[in-house]
Amino acid sequence: MKPTWLIVLTIAVAAGCAAPDIRIGSKRDVEGEILGVMFAQLAQSTGASVEYQRLGGTEIVWQALISGDIDAYPEYTGTLTRQIFSRRDIQTEDQLRQVLAEYGIRMSKPLGFNNTYAIGMQESVAEKLKIRKISDLRQHPDLKFGFTNEFLGRADGWQQIKAAYKLPQQNVIGMQHAAAYQALLSGDIAATDLYSTDPDIRQFHLRVLQDDLEVFPQYKAVLLYRQELQDRHPRAIEAMLRLEGRISEEEIIEMNRRRKIDREPPRVITSQFLERELGIRIGDSTRQIVNSLIRNAAIHLYLVAISLMAAIVLAIPLGIAAARRPALGQTVLAVVGILQTVPSLALLVFMIPLLAYISSRTGVRLPGTGNLPAILALFLYSLLPIVRNTYVGLHEIPVSLRESAQALGLPAGARLWLIELPLATRTILAGIKTAAVINVGTATIGALVGAGGFGQPILTGLNLNDSSMVFWQGALPAACLALIVQGIFEIIERAVVPKGLRLSTKV
Amino acid sequence: MLFLEEISKKYGTTAALRPTTLEVPPRQTLVLIGPSGCGKSTLLRIIIGLVRSDSGAVFFENERLTADNVLQLRRRMGYVIQDGGLFPHLSARDNVTLMARYLKRDAGWIENRLLELAQLTQFPADALERYPVQLSGGQRQRVSLMRALMLDPDLLLLDEPLGALDPIIRSELQRDLKQIFRTLGKTVVLVTHDMGEAGYLGDQIVLMRDGEVVQQGTLAELVQQPANDFVTSFINAQRSPLESIHAKDASP
Repeated sequence: MKPTWLIVLTIAVAAGCAAPDIRIGSKRDVEGEILGVMFAQLAQSTGASVEYQRLGGTEIVWQALISGDIDAYPEYTGTLTRQIFSRRDIQTEDQLRQVLAEYGIRMSKPLGFNNTYAIGMQESVAEKLKIRKISDLRQHPDLKFGFTNEFLGRADGWQQIKAAYKLPQQNVIGMQHAAAYQALLSGDIAATDLYSTDPDIRQFHLRVLQDDLEVFPQYKAVLLYRQELQDRHPRAIEAMLRLEGRISEEEIIEMNRRRKIDREPPRVITSQFLERELGIRIGDSTRQIVNSLIRNAAIHLYLVAISLMAAIVLAIPLGIAAARRPALGQTVLAVVGILQTVPSLALLVFMIPLLAYISSRTGVRLPGTGNLPAILALFLYSLLPIVRNTYVGLHEIPVSLRESAQALGLPAGARLWLIELPLATRTILAGIKTAAVINVGTATIGALVGAGGFGQPILTGLNLNDSSMVFWQGALPAACLALIVQGIFEIIERAVVPKGLRLSTKV
Repeated sequence: MLFLEEISKKYGTTAALRPTTLEVPPRQTLVLIGPSGCGKSTLLRIIIGLVRSDSGAVFFENERLTADNVLQLRRRMGYVIQDGGLFPHLSARDNVTLMARYLKRDAGWIENRLLELAQLTQFPADALERYPVQLSGGQRQRVSLMRALMLDPDLLLLDEPLGALDPIIRSELQRDLKQIFRTLGKTVVLVTHDMGEAGYLGDQIVLMRDGEVVQQGTLAELVQQPANDFVTSFINAQRSPLESIHAKDASP
């Protein structure tokens, strides 16, 4: 039968799309996201399917990389030497590469910018005093400085700068970062400490003084990736490494600003950069969005199709049993009815401890996140409409027809198969259709447990406060998918419902 | 041929059928008649095993009807109900041949038998592909009759087969039924509430009331030697208005 093949094909395609080739991660901060998205886009431009995830802080992302949960993420050299490998005395880049190799990790050349501590002044003031470098500060011993307490306290902060540059200023006070900016703008202080890629530099028209003696530690941005990725996807690596030495401080500051202050979607920002800088046309990121739409649609359909088919296999026999045995029927309908009244979110969340319990009792590892809990919840949700409609469809067959079949001498099995089920087809199919359409809507919640689908852009968009992503990439496509599913069922109905029954509705 | 021995049926506390014994002679048409709720349909449904009697037994060609043999015996009976009971998802052809196909009868035999029956029941062969909703009430009854006759049963049971038809179609079908019964020479049990129909089609008439047989005999016997007042009043109630005109004309 044609519809069956269509369904099988859909699932095969969806399953194929569901597992990405490459997983890129990043830290949660704005700059991490910009870089992560950019690497994901570059890898994707080679035709690989790529998943990008914003994770937590340094420790979490590093662990994800060495355990293989992700294949690559952007990091800073300073973080590696001073935080991750703080117990090992790493002096040079080569030493760093050697240590990383022990973990099966490779490091790109620096991407260009250095996100370290810096001293900033108001552009107009600096210009007037002709201050470009930190060493220029020596000429102005009367300037008042306001630094963050952290910068004042750290060994590699103010103390080191003061000593290295032999700065004469005495009037130095500690204050909060935000207050320091205000003081700087009002002229109360002349200079403050900042991160060298902070978008506020642009926002408040600040000049970053050149660290001409290279006193501040280097926090050069690099890409870390798993060695085996080189063998699996050499072209993706090659594409990502094209960013080596390409991102200047100016550019990362501008991109951070657009993300942090203008709240532009990261893909728009990064696509423009990649096109301008590398001539890679992810362009208006249309292809990107289309690709992710197709991927999400495939995952979404996969969740719905698997859960729905499992539900059909169980619910139709249950409905038949309910119609045959009234006492059993009441129980069955009550149970599936209760399942339906559980809020979908609660049902989904309940699957996590349930699966953990089953795992612990049977020894079979059942993941509490991902596809399985979502499919299970959708399966339970689909039961009621199908069981009830099967029951009703069989129940509402006129007594005269049931008796006519009996009077012919047909045994019970043949009556069910040749007469009763065909007569109930339309009602049963309507139940399956209802379940499918409800499923498409409910499946969006599956993203909460990491099942993906159209819930993913909704969730991501909500996190990023990006309502256009929520609507155009999540809510609207999910609604369209529900309509398409409805349409497909109209076609299936035409193929499956016996002609004699379709005619009767016209009379 | 068919012998009912002391069969009775209660629905709840209401007796639908009091213990009744009845013999249906072979190759004759027996008509069960009576007011609504008299037990005539129940009787018919007990014969074909759709309803199980509380007591007594049904013997079909000397074989006692049981839960085990009911499927086999039904295939030697044809059953027609009011409005046909045709399966709406099957064409006229498929309705008629359903059981024969299920029993894996030879396709050629099925086709011949189908055309033979279409001719017998005067059903147009080109309408065989139509679905029940595309057929008129009269045509549906002809298809239903074909379906009942498909496996050449020994016994034909008809439960108010003409009850839902308008008068002209009805009289046409009455004529055809009588012709068919005569041609086939089958044993027929027919339920009706129309005395004219009973008299026209039946060799024997069984008049029932409140789950009991009141009188059994030919129409002439019922009219001339009524068992009680009920017989007379039932017959009179169904007099045709035409008869009263004739009666007025006859009186001086």
